[in-house]
Amino acid sequence: MIRWLRLALIVLLARPLARLLTGADVSGRERLPLKGPAIIAANHNSHVDTLLLLTIFPARALHRLRPAAAADYFLKDPVIGWLSRNLIGIVPIARDRAGTGEDILAPARQALARGDIILVFPEGTRGETGEMAQLKNGVARLAEAFPQAPVIPVWIQGAGRVLPKGEIVPVPMTCAVLVGAPILWQGDRGRFMETLRNTLLELRADAPPLRWH
Amino acid sequence: MDIIVAIRDFLAGQPAPLILGLGGVLAFLSLAALLSAALPLLRPSGDFRELQLRLSSWWVMIAVLAGALLLGWQATVLLFAAISFIALREFLSLAPTRREDRLIILAAYLSIPVSYAFVALDIYGIFLVIIPVYAFLLTPFLMACFGQTRGYLSTVAMFHWALMTCVYNLGYVAFLMRVPATEPLPAGPSGLVLLLLLATGFNDVAQYVWGKALGRRRIMPTVSPNKTWEGFLGGWLSTSLLIWLVGPLLSPLSGWGLGVVAATLPLAGFAGDVTMSAIKRDIGVKDTSHLIPGHGGLLDRVDSLTFTAPLFFHLLAFFAVDHF
Repeated sequence: MIRWLRLALIVLLARPLARLLTGADVSGRERLPLKGPAIIAANHNSHVDTLLLLTIFPARALHRLRPAAAADYFLKDPVIGWLSRNLIGIVPIARDRAGTGEDILAPARQALARGDIILVFPEGTRGETGEMAQLKNGVARLAEAFPQAPVIPVWIQGAGRVLPKGEIVPVPMTCAVLVGAPILWQGDRGRFMETLRNTLLELRADAPPLRWH
Repeated sequence: MDIIVAIRDFLAGQPAPLILGLGGVLAFLSLAALLSAALPLLRPSGDFRELQLRLSSWWVMIAVLAGALLLGWQATVLLFAAISFIALREFLSLAPTRREDRLIILAAYLSIPVSYAFVALDIYGIFLVIIPVYAFLLTPFLMACFGQTRGYLSTVAMFHWALMTCVYNLGYVAFLMRVPATEPLPAGPSGLVLLLLLATGFNDVAQYVWGKALGRRRIMPTVSPNKTWEGFLGGWLSTSLLIWLVGPLLSPLSGWGLGVVAATLPLAGFAGDVTMSAIKRDIGVKDTSHLIPGHGGLLDRVDSLTFTAPLFFHLLAFFAVDHF
């Protein structure tokens, strides 16, 4: 029941909204995986990033899509928490408990084991428009645990202009979404993160220029 | 069966020259599709995927436009308001903007329902001034209210250019639909829009084809290196001929008025194309988005229309229509 509600919300509400706000100018759409386990690794400037990533997939892949999201931000309010878990379908990541010895990636691993497609923002938080912050290596740990899962790098250009961190009114601006070639796990976390970072920067270089000062 | 009867009755209610004109466009497109299917057989080494992609997009664009024209002025006004919105969004997304400008960008979008409302209400006098005078004055005032003075004049100019081309000039296409039935229109108001779009689109295609076939001497090497004198002149002559032949069937133009439209409309199309190219070159992009496969963004498709629409409207109003 909730699964159908989620599908209807994404296809009938979120998708037209994303088109209106961003134009969803996707290139490389054929590289998006339709079944899991797979990991989408994108840059992060805005809540619009999640809206865009959830709406560029074909409807038949939607029940597999699970955005990884900060538990400390999305689960602190019970109502938003319920909506985030059930309608957006988030996989919670307890950022605030990183380094305490607790396995904060466990929910993400379980989802990958079920054959889901996980959306991750390796920067860990929303950064400045057009910039890419230091990447956290959680995505490499997931790739290590599921070496058969392709990691697809995605660069989203300019979602921070539509709705920057700290603003509440969205303003329509075209966002280019560039889907890169999948990266496969090759046995070394450092090298994996280096490849991911370089691929994301290459995608950014191909994106239309941002004249946002 | 009821549906077929309903469609037949609906089409029978339309002016015959309009159906003839749309049929002609479909016949032309089918011919082009046949040719593009035959080309790989004639020249197996060539790559024609781009051409075929362009053609498939033309089918979709023509289906949408023909649907709106057959449905009447309400649908056409809504369609062009949507086209203005997407074109303006593409423009403002490529132009230099700042986080402080977000509210002015929002206000710029708001000008679309305001301007098109006067098209829907058929109040020509206000449509004429609402953007060129009042949005023109309001934009810099709003920026001053928000305390913006950094790069003030160039940002104001950017907003003005965006509003004039994407909202005001494209609005003229929709306003053609408000020519009343009391005027002697051979194909109804839809025929006027069809003539404008047909001539503008044909001019783009004819310039491209003549340029590909004979192009040698570059006409504007620093702005559009692919444009040639041969393409420009070939496109001009062919489009003038098309307007001269088709114009009397779809519009009340004749004699001098028809001659002036036939001679100047292709020039305006070329000017719009080249001017938008100069802007894209300044910004450093080739296409404004990937919305229309094979063509680029919507703004890439309507660039010539932003110049031809006001010219066609004003010449029509001067020579052949009393309403304006």
